[in-house]
Amino acid sequence: MLTTFLLLPLAGAIMAIFLPAERERDARWVALFFTLLAFIVSVIIFVRFDTAAEGYQFVESFEWIAAGEAGFSIQYLVGVDGLSAPMVLLLGLLSLVGVLISWNIDLKPKQYFAWLLFLETAVAGVFISLDLIQFFLFWELELLPMFMLISQWGSGRRLYSATKFLLYTLAGSAFMLLGFLLLGFSAGTFNMAELAASPVTDAIVPMAIVFWAITLAFLVKLPVVPVHTWLPDAHTDAPTAVSVMLAGVLLKMGGYGLLRISLSLMPEQAQEFKVILAGIAGFSVLWGAVITLRQTDLKRLVAYSSVSHMGYVLLGAAAMTDVGLSGAALQMFTHGTITGLLFVMVGAIYDRTHTREIAKMSGLMHQMPLIGIVFVIAGLASLGLPSMSGFVAELTTFLGALQAHPAATIAAIFGVVLSAGYILWTVQRIFHGPRAPEWEHLEDARNWPELVAMGVLVISIMAVGIYPSILTNAVESGIAPIAAIVGAVA
Amino acid sequence: MSLAQELHYIGPALALFVGAGVVLFADVLSGRRAPRWGLTLAALAVALAWTFVLAMDGDARGEALSGAVRVDAFSIYFAFLLVGVTLAVVLCAKRWADSIEQGAEFYGLLLISAASMVLLAQGNDLITIFVALETTSIAQFIMAGLARTDRSAEAGLKYLLTGSVAAAVLLYGFAFLFGMAGSTSLPVVAEYVASAPESGRLPLLLAFVFIIGGFGYKMALAPFHAWVPDVYQGAPSIVGSFLSVASKAAGFAVALRVFYTGLGGGDSFMAEDWAIFVAVIAGLSMIFGNTGALLQTNAKRLLGYSSVAQAGNVAVGFAAVAAGSTIGPSGVLFFLGTYAVTNLGAFIAVHVVAERLGTEEIADYAGLSRRSPALAAVLSLCLISLTGIPPTAGFIAKVYIFNAAVQTGHDWLVVLVAVAVVNTAISAFYYLRWVRTMWMDDPVEETRFQPAGAVQVVLLLSGFGVLLFGVWPGPLINAARSAAETLSIL
Repeated sequence: MLTTFLLLPLAGAIMAIFLPAERERDARWVALFFTLLAFIVSVIIFVRFDTAAEGYQFVESFEWIAAGEAGFSIQYLVGVDGLSAPMVLLLGLLSLVGVLISWNIDLKPKQYFAWLLFLETAVAGVFISLDLIQFFLFWELELLPMFMLISQWGSGRRLYSATKFLLYTLAGSAFMLLGFLLLGFSAGTFNMAELAASPVTDAIVPMAIVFWAITLAFLVKLPVVPVHTWLPDAHTDAPTAVSVMLAGVLLKMGGYGLLRISLSLMPEQAQEFKVILAGIAGFSVLWGAVITLRQTDLKRLVAYSSVSHMGYVLLGAAAMTDVGLSGAALQMFTHGTITGLLFVMVGAIYDRTHTREIAKMSGLMHQMPLIGIVFVIAGLASLGLPSMSGFVAELTTFLGALQAHPAATIAAIFGVVLSAGYILWTVQRIFHGPRAPEWEHLEDARNWPELVAMGVLVISIMAVGIYPSILTNAVESGIAPIAAIVGAVA
Repeated sequence: MSLAQELHYIGPALALFVGAGVVLFADVLSGRRAPRWGLTLAALAVALAWTFVLAMDGDARGEALSGAVRVDAFSIYFAFLLVGVTLAVVLCAKRWADSIEQGAEFYGLLLISAASMVLLAQGNDLITIFVALETTSIAQFIMAGLARTDRSAEAGLKYLLTGSVAAAVLLYGFAFLFGMAGSTSLPVVAEYVASAPESGRLPLLLAFVFIIGGFGYKMALAPFHAWVPDVYQGAPSIVGSFLSVASKAAGFAVALRVFYTGLGGGDSFMAEDWAIFVAVIAGLSMIFGNTGALLQTNAKRLLGYSSVAQAGNVAVGFAAVAAGSTIGPSGVLFFLGTYAVTNLGAFIAVHVVAERLGTEEIADYAGLSRRSPALAAVLSLCLISLTGIPPTAGFIAKVYIFNAAVQTGHDWLVVLVAVAVVNTAISAFYYLRWVRTMWMDDPVEETRFQPAGAVQVVLLLSGFGVLLFGVWPGPLINAARSAAETLSIL
């Protein structure tokens, strides 16, 4: 099942690239077909996921590089638990949305959709890998499609942004590999389940170094201040669908790695440094929000808000309690859908106005009521309005973190106030205000791919907001063992 | 041992030597009208077939020629690698060799050089090793100067001068061993080292330093690397591809052989001293190679520096071997195997561009993806593999080598791996910048071109191999492992 989910997009990518040149525009149908199939598979995985059972489910494995007597082996080992199952669903959903909002790509559509599908496979591999080396392989694999997508189909200083993204991630992940090797050889296995069952306490070098070598890569990816500067550039210059993928699922790789690897495999060090992590989190939330307030470019604004909102994930993780970790996991999912939707809307606005300058837009609600309303929905969800999914996640995070890190949590709560400020202010500047004559020609969203993309995201945001159990049951079943591990060494 | 059997053991080298004679004499006798390309290919085909027979013939293991050479899985592994590389080079060389006056001499020298390298990997005696090394070097000096341009002549002379110094240093190291052990036979030297008194520590260390110095020049390790960029740039590109792949592989092969069979490998009481020395050299090579490559604009010069950096990667494995890693030897062999496929592809691609477009500047690779898509794809794959990004062979090779280093449990090797991973991130900058130029920049002209049929086959095989060993490395790892096992068996 999971292997199917992993390979479906890859099959689609191969098929798209081998389309005859005169039918290159059909690549989008190929991409839609395969992402839809993958989405259906991800829904089946999520629905059939048994929240009462322990351990990983849907496990599949084979020996990829045989061990021999030397003790060096790489397993192909996949499985999901309550932490990764929602991520798989999120990936399936956002990939589908990504294809839909790329419907009118004209520039080399074959390559574009092939890279987009390849990206889905790479990220899927990160979320379902249960072997450290395999995890690292997919972590690196994601770089190529991202680099290609941003640098070829991006705008503005796309080469600069793509290179910056690449170098930041590579620099982070280089040390991650070293950390993995140290962990693996100290324990004699790269299997995450085995490593979590008996955490390594003693390596060749101090465990603190191992912890930070690995965690740094996740913090860069998350990202937190001050290693966040690649994110606004990458977002601003990336095509819309890539922004959606980047904010929606790629950042989650950082949060996911934090919970799955940093906390689960090295609980002692995580406890030891949790105050530092919480401090970074609080600072990221506040700093990110303050910078967001000052943005004049709509897309950059949403990008910076991501920095702020991903700080909650780190805050929840640093709480190291059941509730806090659940909040972090929920925040990952809800931020994926909400920010995904925000980027879809930013893309929709840009497609029509051809500007991202907030100052140039005014009164767009008159011409584009539907886009306006959906943007407002996404914005309200983003600032954590009750009955939307963002509220559930943020509240859980704060409840979990307040006792452990009161100062950082209060700082983060203040971040919510700021985010209400920048979201409402932006809505007011763009959609309200006087009706501008230069925007009279704009048309509201009408074509079906756009409507479907907006629709599924709005539904998922509202559904989780009104009936959180569909998500929280799974998440809690995945968080419980992690909380038990980190709780045991407190 | 019967004469027939002795000949059987040295068959591959013999076939190449005889082939060289046939090519040279046929050319003279026919008034330069003999089918030199065909004859060369025939000689290589015979050598390849003979290696295959040796590999299949399980009885053909052991010493021959009064102990001067040794046939085992290790020497057969390298015979395959070296003959294969030479075959690929010859397949791509026709156009260039036909254009120069001394085409037959080129083929003859190439065969002589290849034959000596095959012997080098079989060497079981210091004298044999030295003679084989000199034979291959002298042939290469001449080849480097064959183009008769100023740069080519300078390259040949520079290569000759540094090579002579290196040979002298090497010989000095050998003299130490001979003086202490009283024999040039590697097994006898090994016996001495195993029971060496404590007072033998200093001379053994000196011998090791001199020997690594001598071989280090072949392997392109810093600080014996100064000739590399100049010679790679100045020599004809087809010769450069031979030097960068075959010559380096042979250098590491003989170094491993001397180290294991002659000095007792990682079990020796000196092993840690040697390991630290190699580790320092490895670190220097990576740093010099990568920082040197950063600012290069000439493709061949860049590949020269990259070759130094890659030699540093192999040396990380070598240091692990010396520090007693059990997977180190197979790691080095696997790395060399994948590196041969990768760097050959890259160099041949550069050769084709130099021939067709008359340029070696990386800036002129702009838009190569439009002018010759397959060529650009293969070159990109090779560069991605050199960086070490999945799903290419270079990724597995690097993980393998770093694994070996961490496995030993020495903290200074962990530091070395940290240096290596940082260097990986640095190298991504110049490798991927090149890839970007090919795919992103607009070409000066749009004319399309295709390499000759035989060259296309080599390029496609190389690209295919880079992917194959990245996705399914098992067979090559097994071959490397069984080859490495025979190293330590006397």
